[in-house]
Amino acid sequence: MKIAVCVKQIPDPAEEGSLDDATKTLKREGKLILDDSDAYGVEMALQLADSAGGEVVLVSMAPNGETNGLRTALAMGAESAILVSDPALQGTDALGTAKVLAAALKTASPDLILTATESTDGYTGTVPEQIAELLEWPSVTFAKSITIDGDKVKVERQTEVGYDEVECPTPCVVSVTAGVVEPRYPSFKGIMAAKSKPLEEKTIADLGIDASQIGWEGARQEIVDVAEVPAREAGEVITDEGDAHEKIVDFLKEMKVV
Amino acid sequence: MSDYSPPVEDIVFVLRHIADLESLMELDGFSQLPMDEVEGILEEAGRFMVAEVLPTDRVGDTTGAKLQADSSVAMPDGFDKAYKELVKAGWGSITFDAEWGGGGLPGTLGMAISEMLTATNMAFSLCPLLTHGAINAIEAHGSEEQKSFWLPNLVSGKWSGTMNLTEPNAGSDVGALTAKAKPEADGTYKITGQKIFITYGEHELAENIIHLVLARVEGAPPGTKGISLFIVPKFLVNADGTLGEKNAVTCLSLEEKMGIHASPTCVMEYGNSDGGATGYLIGEENQGMAQMFTMMNSARLGVGNSGIAISERVYQKSLNYAKERLQGRRPETQKGDQSPIIEHPDVKRNLLYIKSQLEAMRCLVYYNSALVDLTRFGKTQEDRTSADERAGILTPLSKAWSTDVANEIASVGIQIHGGAGYIEETGIAQHYRDIRIAAIYEGTNGIQAADLVARKLPIRNGEAMEELLLEIEKDVKENKLDDLSEPINDALSATRASNKYLLECFSELKIDAALSGATPYLELLSKLVAGWLMAKSAEIARTENYPKEFAEEKSATAEFFCKQILPTATALAPAIMAGDEILNAGINV
Ligand SMILES: Cc1cc2nc3c(=O)[nH]c(=O)nc-3n(C[C@H](O)[C@H](O)[C@H](O)COP(=O)(O)OP(=O)(O)OC[C@H]3O[C@@H](n4cnc5c(N)ncnc54)[C@H](O)[C@@H]3O)c2cc1C
Ligand SMILES: Cc1cc2nc3c(=O)[nH]c(=O)nc-3n(C[C@H](O)[C@H](O)[C@H](O)COP(=O)(O)OP(=O)(O)OC[C@H]3O[C@@H](n4cnc5c(N)ncnc54)[C@H](O)[C@@H]3O)c2cc1C
Repeated sequence: MKIAVCVKQIPDPAEEGSLDDATKTLKREGKLILDDSDAYGVEMALQLADSAGGEVVLVSMAPNGETNGLRTALAMGAESAILVSDPALQGTDALGTAKVLAAALKTASPDLILTATESTDGYTGTVPEQIAELLEWPSVTFAKSITIDGDKVKVERQTEVGYDEVECPTPCVVSVTAGVVEPRYPSFKGIMAAKSKPLEEKTIADLGIDASQIGWEGARQEIVDVAEVPAREAGEVITDEGDAHEKIVDFLKEMKVV
Repeated sequence: MSDYSPPVEDIVFVLRHIADLESLMELDGFSQLPMDEVEGILEEAGRFMVAEVLPTDRVGDTTGAKLQADSSVAMPDGFDKAYKELVKAGWGSITFDAEWGGGGLPGTLGMAISEMLTATNMAFSLCPLLTHGAINAIEAHGSEEQKSFWLPNLVSGKWSGTMNLTEPNAGSDVGALTAKAKPEADGTYKITGQKIFITYGEHELAENIIHLVLARVEGAPPGTKGISLFIVPKFLVNADGTLGEKNAVTCLSLEEKMGIHASPTCVMEYGNSDGGATGYLIGEENQGMAQMFTMMNSARLGVGNSGIAISERVYQKSLNYAKERLQGRRPETQKGDQSPIIEHPDVKRNLLYIKSQLEAMRCLVYYNSALVDLTRFGKTQEDRTSADERAGILTPLSKAWSTDVANEIASVGIQIHGGAGYIEETGIAQHYRDIRIAAIYEGTNGIQAADLVARKLPIRNGEAMEELLLEIEKDVKENKLDDLSEPINDALSATRASNKYLLECFSELKIDAALSGATPYLELLSKLVAGWLMAKSAEIARTENYPKEFAEEKSATAEFFCKQILPTATALAPAIMAGDEILNAGINV
């Protein structure tokens, strides 16, 4: 079983990011790290490969030949990685990204593709389904657990009220919900071993992608305006006059939590 | 956002330029690692510490370690998981020999990792630190059989280690200890006696605890000459490596302490009504003290390193607070508005006071650590001997000066927080309480000063010390110190005068006169060496293509240190040379 995991490398969310005034997009010149959301997919893939046998290959698209986040995932235990990096990719939107990733994924010919449900910085949450559509593979979203059963996967799919049990033939694309497994830390030995793992860098020409499909030119998505996050409003204080529990229940109902 | 982010940029700068880690990694004996990968490794280690260890720091302080009715010790929430993850990630073992499962890297790189571990939770960090000490002891003095039997599980962290020196009547005066060892027919010993203040003497983070215990074999000579070193495991270990029955080792109680609440400080009882605890002699009988001496440098450096760690933590917390706390109005601020306190000159001074000394400590301790690495694997015997001499001179400075300054820094950090700093909820007070011990254990700072003056300065009648001063002088003359030569030169003259005086005291057998000036002498020499390394740093940052902002900040911290901190030490020369008369007159024994 060959499992591919799409991993996005993003600016460190712990550091204050900034937007490019002209394009209104996030500046990505500095060092990028493995998106936390994707660490769950990597962990899930490693566990599957451990139990069902197989290997894990990473696929990422990132500017400036960035490999830092990929190294982290390799140190966690993935076998190899494919990076697509090309100056022509600047300005690529979610669909363009999916086209690039789908083309790169094809070269790895996996049996199963894992992604996160949404990235931390872009969070359109659209790339996984676009990849599935482009590959003409079935897709399952919001997985909280995956087991491999012959030539199909059994997925527990998180819903608002609980979870659905679904089955899907492989090859397929499954997006993994954040927080459902505990990603392992890259160990010192893992980091040392990662240095000699294969990391293949590809351009769009290598993948045979037409430049008009990507970059600013190919983008069908445009950021028209950005606004400040509204300041947090003061909380509501409930004074207990014997009925505080009812007020709290009402409040939770209003928030649709219960 | 967390209140600590690993200072990888400055650490890498110091490793690269002051400790010359690259050359260390080229020595036969150490593993090779390209210098440009060091940063990535430190970042990954730092990320681990912040994610896994940092969240245990406050809860450790508020809950503390607790002795249970069955003599086991319960650790605060999260410690068990953090320890297991640390073992899995392997950050504690990178400097040990590959033969025992370590990474074979220089101790200096380990210093950087343990700085980050200690910064995220000092009480937690003591468990791996003490294990480190136990490993060093067995590696340096154990038989081949003992090494292969005990080391792999200690190196991996599956087992932890302790050091048992102190007894009620034997603290600084280790030679006064009375724990007994009785030889058995099978070559083992039965150990009896009580040890106090034993860090991580009991806990269940690790599967077994390997106690290293100093005791006297029956009939041994009195004092330090009659001490032997033993391995005494909590659980006896079968020949196949599985754990056997419990040894006669019991934790009688835990001390209630000012700080490092989560570190169990144990009263340990060896032996019980049925006889002694089984112990295995390391090396020969009566060699215990000499064996401890060979490990002194690295253990003391480890404690000096905690001074850097806590200072960094305090700095970052204080800086963040100063940016957010609004109080007073600066001229450029509108009427009716308040300014962040970081804009007030006095608050800026306090912050720079912390930052400049913190960076200076890092230079001193990492440089010292590199010398300890050279002592092991330097290319020639001559390299190794001269590194050993210089490491010996610098170790008391790294231990005592770093921890004294860290205590002061923790106090200044509280000051920056104002009234909130005195309130526990703010969290800064914990660091003040935690770091206090570092000036006391592993040889009090007073003992360090005495060691410097009475043992280290007299090496080759002061020649080893003079070689260090000549190296500093050479940089002054060659103008390699970013325009900071003048204050360094002044401190150099004060040090030379002090050396002359102190060595004369010894040759005239006025030992007390020399010891009376030991503490101010240690401060002078520390600040001179640290100032020299800071000035070098500034010159390197300016001339070697570092980002403008980094170079400017380095130049500012170096200038502040050399022009505002170093002269306070130069002014100590009269105190160093005042002799013991004033002390005798002022204090009636
Ligand atoms: C205006 C604009 C400009 C852009 N400029 C650039 C640029 O200059 N260079 C550049 O590289 N990208 C650029 N992008 C692409 C962008 O960074 C995202 O990769 C893309 O839009 C995916 O959107 P998302 O993060 O919302 O994905 P989501 O759909 O929220 O992501 C879900 C999951 O899909 C996978 N995934 C998504 N993106 C990637 C990826 N890049 N690599 C691997 N897996 C991925 C991950 O598993 C992720 O968790 C730009 C996007 C826009 C809209
Ligand atoms: C939290 C904690 C953890 C500890 N962990 C361990 C451990 O794991 N293992 C272990 O073996 N010990 C441990 N210790 C013990 C510690 O190392 C001793 O407390 C320390 O060595 C000082 O000894 P003492 O307390 O007996 O002080 P004393 O020796 O009584 O010193 C009192 C004062 O007198 C001064 N003084 C004493 N002798 C001289 C001298 N000859 N010249 C000049 N000044 C002198 C000292 O500097 C000090 O200021 C720990 C202690 C604490 C508090």
